[in-house]
Amino acid sequence: MHISMNPWVWIGVFFTFSVLSFLYKDNPFYKLAEHVTVGVSIGYGLVIWWTNSVIPRFYIPVFEQGQWILIIPAILGLMMVLRIVPKYSWLSRYAICFSVGAGSGMAIPRSMQAQVLRQLEATMLNLSFTSGAGINNIIIFFGVLTVLVYFFFSKEHKGVFGGVAKVGIWFLMIGFGATFGYTVMARLSLFIGRVLFVLQDFLGINLAG
Amino acid sequence: MLWKKQIPLAITFIMGLLLGIQYFVPHRISENFFQGYLDWAIVIGIFAAILSYISFYRVHGMRIKKKAPAWQYSVVAIVMSVTMALFGFIQGREEGMVFMNMYSYILVAIEGTMFSLLAFYISSAAYRAFRARSTQATALLLAAIIVMLGRVPLGESISFWHNIWPSLPTFTGIANWILNVPNMAAKRGMQLGIGLGIMMLSLKIILGIERSYMGSGD
Repeated sequence: MHISMNPWVWIGVFFTFSVLSFLYKDNPFYKLAEHVTVGVSIGYGLVIWWTNSVIPRFYIPVFEQGQWILIIPAILGLMMVLRIVPKYSWLSRYAICFSVGAGSGMAIPRSMQAQVLRQLEATMLNLSFTSGAGINNIIIFFGVLTVLVYFFFSKEHKGVFGGVAKVGIWFLMIGFGATFGYTVMARLSLFIGRVLFVLQDFLGINLAG
Repeated sequence: MLWKKQIPLAITFIMGLLLGIQYFVPHRISENFFQGYLDWAIVIGIFAAILSYISFYRVHGMRIKKKAPAWQYSVVAIVMSVTMALFGFIQGREEGMVFMNMYSYILVAIEGTMFSLLAFYISSAAYRAFRARSTQATALLLAAIIVMLGRVPLGESISFWHNIWPSLPTFTGIANWILNVPNMAAKRGMQLGIGLGIMMLSLKIILGIERSYMGSGD
């Protein structure tokens, strides 16, 4: 064991345990870590915003390349800031409507393409009982169909329709369970990462042997 | 009314219509228009981001000014943001600089631990929510357990039946099947629903039926 002398590692360990202390109950160490995160995130965002956005996407195109037209969206963006001035907050609507309208216009064909047609295309599989892949395709096909029936609320879930919808619930439950299991494992791997940081980086324990 | 409501709604309608049609027009003018819009959207975003910074300093500044409960934490938040920004602007963002060390040993450490905390809470929530009260809840519980076991080496080593009948899949195989077949079917069904929902909502926004994004008041 060889404890690290790097002050940054000590700071990292301090904040790791400060956050973990929340498992006991909310306490000043956790609150400190929480506010430090907010502050550091804002500072980080400011630097990235300035160096990666303002300079290359606005300052250089406008003042060095003469794309003065970009002053118009800049004014629209500044109108968004007027949201915090009650008397002129309505001016922010121009920027919001510009962005929301364009976003909605883009969303209709793209959503149709990526989330509806592509998904339908991927469901039109080769169905057969003669191979494992064919049986899996049948399960996927009927699974999609039953889930869609379950989400169809314009007709009462009764009789055959209700029975099909119930099968859809089974598929959804298995899907939620799988997603849950996957999420838990992802969180656990993050936790393992923090434990390894304390054991290896801080305490200097060589786990590889 | 005209300046505060109707013109903004007209802007929504025109922009929605133009960007909606643009997708179907494979012409140079149409593509230039789209690229122009993307440049404008980035610049709008750049200046709109100022709002978030003003909001942060305003909220915490007010808390300090009013000596609100636990106002000292607001001082910490402001000091940390200014420190991080100053080091970033003055020293730069190269590896080994204070800015990058604050990022790696403070931000990554705290955020990583915060997300890992969810592993504990999600497990205790699962215990309460999943207690196999019905067959459907049992299916959810079983799928979750199998996927969890299938993601770790333990799942492979406790699949004893695989040693007796090698043709039977291990926990890893079953987990992969659950993820790729029934889970895929459920996700695809939901994706279709979400896609149709996005289209309907977008249409309502363009036609001015949905106006909540404009905020309340005149």
